[in-house]
Amino acid sequence: MAKHETPLLDQLESGPWPSFVSDIKQEAATRAKNAKGLDYQMPSDVCDDLLGILELSYKDGTTHWKHGGIVGVFGYGGGIIGRYCDKPKDFPGVAAFHTVRVAQPGGKYYTTAFLNQLMDIWDLRGSGLTNMHGSTGDIILLGTTTPQLEEIFYQLTHEMGQDLGGSGSNLRTPADCIGSSRCEYACFDTQELCYFLTMTYQDELHRPAFPYKFKFKFDGCPNGCVCSIARSDLSFIGTWKDQIQVNQAEVKAYIDGKTVDNGGAFKGRDWGKFDIQKEVIDLCPTGCMALVKGELKINDKECTRCMHCINVMPKALKPGKDKGVSILCGAKAPIVDGAQMGTLIRPFISIDQTLNKQLSDFEDEDEWMEYLAEKYEAITEFIELVWDYWMEEGKNRERLGELMMRQGLQKFLEKVEVEPMAVHVQHPRTNPYIFWKEDEVEGGWGRDIEDYRKAHSR
Amino acid sequence: MAFISAGYNPDKPMEGRITDIGPKHYDSFYPEVIKKNKGKWSHHEILEPGVLVHVGESGDEVFTVRCGGARLMSVTHIREICEIADKHCDGHVRFTTRNNIEFMVTSKDKMNALKADLAQRKFDGGSMKFPIGGTGSGISNIVHTQGWIHCHTPATDASGTVKATMDTVFEDFQSMKMPAKLKISMACCLNMCGAVHCSDIAILGYHRKPPILDHEYLDKVCEVPLAVASCPTAAIRPSKVELPNGTTVNSVAVKNERCMYCGNCYTMCPSMPLSDKEGDGIVLMAGGKVSNRISAPKFSKVVVAFLPNEAPRWDNMTVAIKKMINAYSNGANKYERLGDWAERIGWERFFEVCDLEFTHHLIDDFRDAAYHTWRQSTLFKF
Ligand code: HEM
Ligand code: HEM
Ligand code: HEM
Ligand code: HEM
Ligand code: SF4
Ligand code: SF4
Ligand code: SF4
Ligand code: SF4
Repeated sequence: MAKHETPLLDQLESGPWPSFVSDIKQEAATRAKNAKGLDYQMPSDVCDDLLGILELSYKDGTTHWKHGGIVGVFGYGGGIIGRYCDKPKDFPGVAAFHTVRVAQPGGKYYTTAFLNQLMDIWDLRGSGLTNMHGSTGDIILLGTTTPQLEEIFYQLTHEMGQDLGGSGSNLRTPADCIGSSRCEYACFDTQELCYFLTMTYQDELHRPAFPYKFKFKFDGCPNGCVCSIARSDLSFIGTWKDQIQVNQAEVKAYIDGKTVDNGGAFKGRDWGKFDIQKEVIDLCPTGCMALVKGELKINDKECTRCMHCINVMPKALKPGKDKGVSILCGAKAPIVDGAQMGTLIRPFISIDQTLNKQLSDFEDEDEWMEYLAEKYEAITEFIELVWDYWMEEGKNRERLGELMMRQGLQKFLEKVEVEPMAVHVQHPRTNPYIFWKEDEVEGGWGRDIEDYRKAHSR
Repeated sequence: MAFISAGYNPDKPMEGRITDIGPKHYDSFYPEVIKKNKGKWSHHEILEPGVLVHVGESGDEVFTVRCGGARLMSVTHIREICEIADKHCDGHVRFTTRNNIEFMVTSKDKMNALKADLAQRKFDGGSMKFPIGGTGSGISNIVHTQGWIHCHTPATDASGTVKATMDTVFEDFQSMKMPAKLKISMACCLNMCGAVHCSDIAILGYHRKPPILDHEYLDKVCEVPLAVASCPTAAIRPSKVELPNGTTVNSVAVKNERCMYCGNCYTMCPSMPLSDKEGDGIVLMAGGKVSNRISAPKFSKVVVAFLPNEAPRWDNMTVAIKKMINAYSNGANKYERLGDWAERIGWERFFEVCDLEFTHHLIDDFRDAAYHTWRQSTLFKF
C-alpha cells in the first residue's frame, strides 16, 4: 500500500514512453522490501515521500523546494546542490534532499562494474534516484542528507577513484560528443581534449575563483551534437582546412542508388529516388559543387564545411586531412540580455594528427598529460588569455558573452591576442561611428587652436 | 538507522583526503571494438530506427541499439541496465547527450537477441523500459531539467511535461519520416538549465507574477543588498516597511513592471517566493537549431506566449506541439529543419498552417535588439 495517494501522478504511468513515476514506485518497493538488508542512511520511505510531495505540486501547481543554503564537501566550492523541502512534517523522508554531481566519463561510456559500484554507494547513502545525466553532463545523484556528503565523497575518491563535478562560479564539468570513438565525422579526439582540459583545470573546476560559471564543450564536427555553440562559454568545434576527401566510385554508388543516402537517416518516408543534383549540389549553401562528367567536383576554397554533403554521402565523402578546431566564445542562456551563441574567435587551431599516442603508450598518466600539454599548447594558451581578461574585467555574475557584449569584439580580440579578420563578422558595421584610438590618427588629438585660427578666423 | 562511516574522520577532514582526481579515464570504459577502431571508422548506417551499424576501416562492425530513457532513473533501473549490458555487451554501456541509452554488440545475431530482450521489458504501470528509436530524421529524446522534482524556481514540472510530450510523439521516436531531425528540449524556468533556446521545439516554464514579499522575515533571513544585487533588471530596491503591528522593518520593494520573473531574487532570498498556480505555466518556442548543416545555427522563437499548467498531461501543450509537428512534416522539404521551413514560408504563414494564434506578446520589446525582429520591408504574405 502506497504511503501517499497519487492519483495525478498515476496518470503518468500509462503510455509507451518510460514512466519516471513507475520507476520511482519501483524503487520505493525495492527499498520497502530491502532484500539485501541494508541499513539505509536516508529514510527508507524517501521515494514515497518524493512521490507525495510531487503529487502535491501537481495539485497546487507550485514547487515545494527551498533553496538549500550552502552545503558541500570540505575544500570544494561546487559539486553539491543543497535542497530542503517546505513541508518537512508531511514529507520527512525528503526534508533534506541535496544532489551530488559526479563527473561523467568522456563520451559517457561505462562499465557495469563502475555503475554497480556507484549504485551500491547511492543505495546505502542516498535516495536511490539519479539523473542520467544532468544537462551539463554530470551524473546527478538526486537527494541525500548533509552528513552523507563527506561519506559519499570519501567513498567516491577512495574506493572508486572518482571525483565530483562542478557547480557555482567555477569551471563546470566539460562535456564532449562521442567523437572519433565511434563517429567517422570527428575532426579531433573529443574525449582526449575534454579529459586533458578537465584534468589540467581541476583547481578551476572545484574552487570558485571566477566571476560566474564557465563551460567548455567539444563537438567533433560542425554537426554539433553536444550543442557547444549554444551552451558553452568556450565551444570547440572540429573542422578541417584542406579538401573534402572524395571517393568517386562511392559517389557513383550513391547516384546509382546502390548505397542508401544519409546513412539511412531518412528511410522512414519515400522521398523518391536519390537525386544528387537536387539534394546535394543545389542545397550546398555555398554553391561550390558540380557534377562534371559523372564526377563530383568541389571547389574547396569556397566550401564553408557545413557537413551537408558529407552527411548525405558518408561513404563517399570524408572531412579533409588537415584537421583542427574552431573556437567560439561567449554562448549563454537568455538571462539576462537574451540568449547568445558563441562568436567565432579562433577560426582554426591545427591539431597535429601524427601526435596520436594513447595513455597506454606511456608509463603513467602524468607523462601522457605532459605529452598532451605540448600537443594542445595553443589551446591552453588561448584559454588562459580568455580567463585573464574575464577575471580582470568581468563583473560579478557576468558571463563571458556579456562581457564581450559590454566591451565589444575589438577589445576582446585585442585581449586574447587575435588579429581582427573579416571572418569574425557576418558583415561589417552599418554605422560609421568608429571610435578611433588617438594613436591611430596621424598627429594625435592634441591640436593648437591658434594654429587653426591662422586659417579660419573667429 | 545507525550512521555508517565510510572511513571519513570529521575531526581531521584533511587526513588522507583525495581531491582533484577528475572523472575516470575513458579508456577503461571503452568496449574492445571501440578501443580498437577509434579514429578509424569508415562509415555508418542506420539499419532501422534506433539501430546503427558503424564499420571500421578494419572491417570491424559495431551494432548499436539506442533506447529512450527517462533521465530520472532509479538504482533498480540502472542495475537492470547493467544486467542487460552484462548479458549482451560484455559489461559495457553508454548514454547519449539526449539521455538515451546505447547498448553495443559486435554481430547481427547478438543484436537481434538484444533487441528482443529490450522490447519485452516493461514497467509495472505498463510503459516500456527501453523503447528503441531516436535516430535519424525522427524525434529523439528530450533534454530537460528538474522541475518540481528538485528545483526551487520552476514554473512547471520537467519530467511530467516530457513524459506527456514523448507519449504524444512516440511514433516519431520510433520512425524516421520527418523532413529532418526534430529536437525538442525542455527547461522549467527562464534560467534554462536545459539551454532550450536553440531547439526545433522548446518547452519552457514561465512565471508571470513578481515575487511576494515576506517583509516580516526578509531582513532576518536575507541580506537586503544581496537581494537587490541579484536582480538582472534592477527591479528591486531597499525600502523601509511598516508592518500591520506598527513596527518598521528593513525590507525591499519591487518595481513590478520591470520584473521578468526570473527567480534570481528567490535564490538569494527565501523571503521572495515566486511560484503561483495561476501565474505559472508554459511558453512554447520553435525554429532553433545548433547544427551548421546547410544554414547557420539559430535561436528558437516564441510561438505560444502562455499555456496554463494542466498537470498531469498538459493537454493543450501537447496539442500545440503536435500541430506544429504535423504542419512541418507536411510542408517542409527533405533536409529542411523546422526553422528553415518557417523562414522559407514566412512566419505569418507558419502561424496560419500550424493553427496557432499570433498575439502581441510575440512581438519583441526587450531592449534594442527587438528592432531587428520587426519587418523592415514590403515583402510580406497575405
Ligand atoms: C549626430 C547625428 C546626425 C546629425 C547631427 C545629422 C544632421 C543632419 C543635417 C544637419 C542634415 C541636413 C543637411 C543639409 O541638407 O544641409 C541632415 C540630413 C540628413 N540626415 Fe542626418 N544627421 C545625423 C544622423 C543621421 C543618421 C543616423 C541618419 C540615418 C540613419 C541621417 C540621415 C539623414 C538624411 C537621409 C538626410 C537628408 C540628406 C539628403 O539631403 O538627402 N542623419 N542630417
Ligand atoms: C543535421 C545535423 C546533424 C547530423 C547529420 C548529425 C549526425 C549525427 C550522427 C551521425 C551521430 C552518430 C554519432 C554516433 O553515434 O556514431 C549523431 C549523434 C548524436 N547527435 Fe547528431 N547530428 C546532427 C545534429 C545534431 C543536433 C543539432 C543535436 C542536438 C541538438 C544532435 C545530437 C546528437 C546526439 C545527442 C547524438 C548522440 C551522440 C552523443 O551522445 O555523443 N545532433 N549525430
Ligand atoms: C542564470 C542562469 C542559471 C541559473 C540561475 C541556474 C540555476 C540552477 C539551479 C538553482 C539549479 C539546481 C536545480 C536543482 O534543484 O537541482 C541548476 C541546476 C542545473 N543547471 Fe542551472 N542555472 C542557470 C543556467 C544554466 C544553464 C544555461 C545550464 C546549461 C547549459 C545549466 C545547467 C544546469 C545543470 C546541468 C543543472 C543540474 C540539474 C539539471 O540538469 O537539471 N544551468 N541550475
Ligand atoms: C546589432 C546591433 C546591436 C545589438 C545586438 C545591440 C544590443 C544591445 C543590448 C543587448 C543592449 C542592452 C544592454 C543593457 O542594457 O544591459 C543594448 C543597449 C543599448 N544599445 Fe544596442 N545593440 C546594437 C546596436 C546599437 C546601436 C547601433 C546603437 C546606437 C547607435 C545602440 C544603442 C544602444 C543604447 C543607447 C542602449 C541602452 C538602451 C537601454 O538602456 O536599454 N545599440 N544594445
Ligand atoms: S558532433 Fe560530429 S563528430 Fe561529434 S558525434 Fe556529432 S556528427 Fe559525430
Ligand atoms: S560541406 Fe557544405 S559547403 Fe562544403 S561542399 Fe559540402 S555542402 Fe557545400
Ligand atoms: S531551469 Fe530553472 S527551475 Fe529548472 S532546474 Fe534550472 S534553475 Fe531550476
Ligand atoms: S524575479 Fe527576477 S526580475 Fe523579478 S524581482 Fe526577482 S530577480 Fe528581479
